[in-house]
Amino acid sequence: MPRVGVLALQGDVREHVSMLEELDVNVVRVRHPEDLDGLDAMVLPGGESTTIAYLLNTSGIRPVLEEKIRAGFSVLGTCAGLILLSSEILGGRSDQWCFSALDVAVRRNGYGRQIASFESPVEVVGIGSVPGVFIRAPKIERCGDDVEVLATLDHGDGAHPVLVRQANVWGCAFHPELTSDSRVHQLFTDSL
Amino acid sequence: MLRGGVIMDVVNPEQAKIAEDSGAVAVMALERVPSDIRRDGGVARMSDPQMIKEIQASVTIPVMAKARIGHFAEAQILQALDVDYIDESEVLTPADEENHIDKWGFTVPFVCGATNLGEALRRIGEGACLIRSKGEAGTGNVVEAVRHLRTINAQMRRLQSADAAELFALAKDLQAPLPLVQEVAATGKLPVPLFCAGGISTPADAALVLQLGAEAVFVGSGIFKSEDPVRMAKAIVEATTHFEDAAVVARVSTGLGEAMRGAETTSLEVRLAERGW
Repeated sequence: MPRVGVLALQGDVREHVSMLEELDVNVVRVRHPEDLDGLDAMVLPGGESTTIAYLLNTSGIRPVLEEKIRAGFSVLGTCAGLILLSSEILGGRSDQWCFSALDVAVRRNGYGRQIASFESPVEVVGIGSVPGVFIRAPKIERCGDDVEVLATLDHGDGAHPVLVRQANVWGCAFHPELTSDSRVHQLFTDSL
Repeated sequence: MLRGGVIMDVVNPEQAKIAEDSGAVAVMALERVPSDIRRDGGVARMSDPQMIKEIQASVTIPVMAKARIGHFAEAQILQALDVDYIDESEVLTPADEENHIDKWGFTVPFVCGATNLGEALRRIGEGACLIRSKGEAGTGNVVEAVRHLRTINAQMRRLQSADAAELFALAKDLQAPLPLVQEVAATGKLPVPLFCAGGISTPADAALVLQLGAEAVFVGSGIFKSEDPVRMAKAIVEATTHFEDAAVVARVSTGLGEAMRGAETTSLEVRLAERGW
């Protein structure tokens, strides 16, 4: 049974944990670098990307996780987690860092502020329609050639990718963990 | 996603930047922190839209702002300003002593304070999507926050142990909508996140209320009225994440300088927590 960590520094950790527990995996909350030992994969939850980025530094998790991702460790980032995994952050703070693990450029709050949050079904390659919850969601504005687009959504200004994968690294602009549909998580854990 | 973390009161863009740099998940934009409102007296109102806009322009994290209890016109203005959350707050002078804002009429989410479960469920019935235990804002004294959290938790446990027939009378006692009472009895938790506010001024205070079941903390005067706001902000953020790890809370509490001076709540002339109905 794979061991999957959920980065538990800030954000919707509990929702990811309970969704993963429904699937056939052992779930570990990650708050310290040593919690990464023996993990097969990890989820970076939605939350505030600046807060999670700050706490990745103070907790000492950042360099350990960076090394593991480079070595082929599987990660799924939702919302803020996608921002952290991306290669370029638009509309963020000029000093905001990212793991550069996924060759995409994302715009923070690309779909608008809190008040512009919305729900929309999302058609995902291989699994069909899943409910998409977009809360101050990042918008993927550029995708590298090695990035596989698993779902796109047109929210009135043309289709943008909302679920992408580049080898071991997955990014999702919406929050599958806030619904009762675990198929996006299943797709990720099936790849392990 | 507002789950876990620290929401900090800020009065200008410089403080907002410090809050963001220190790992705050959101800022509350207001003209005076609660301890100054308490000191100055007079009528406390919604902040000037100009300062709210300046703070919105200075940070990438969500910006909240306060409207007076029952003052739906202030809330309409805040919604028009695209604030991310409205706090219908007892820290400001109430505009209506019977009715709170009908929050269902808005698209922006509302956070409201509560001292007990009935008050929390009445606010949720009116459309609040976040509840914070009130505590006693501007005192730097955590005692009321603990009282309110413990009260809400104890009342939820009481509902869980009741049978279906008893819930009608319990809903009457709580003065809360029956469907929400039934939901809490079934799930053991509020239908919306429960945050904590009012009097949190050290990392240990944050660790305390999180262990008592709060999912996140609002820190008002506690940061920018302390001796070293940057260190205090960072320390409270770390303590909020690692609230169950006393070694981390001990490390971040070390050599922090003076916390805000604080006040004994028994000597207060005005108890803000009593505002709201």
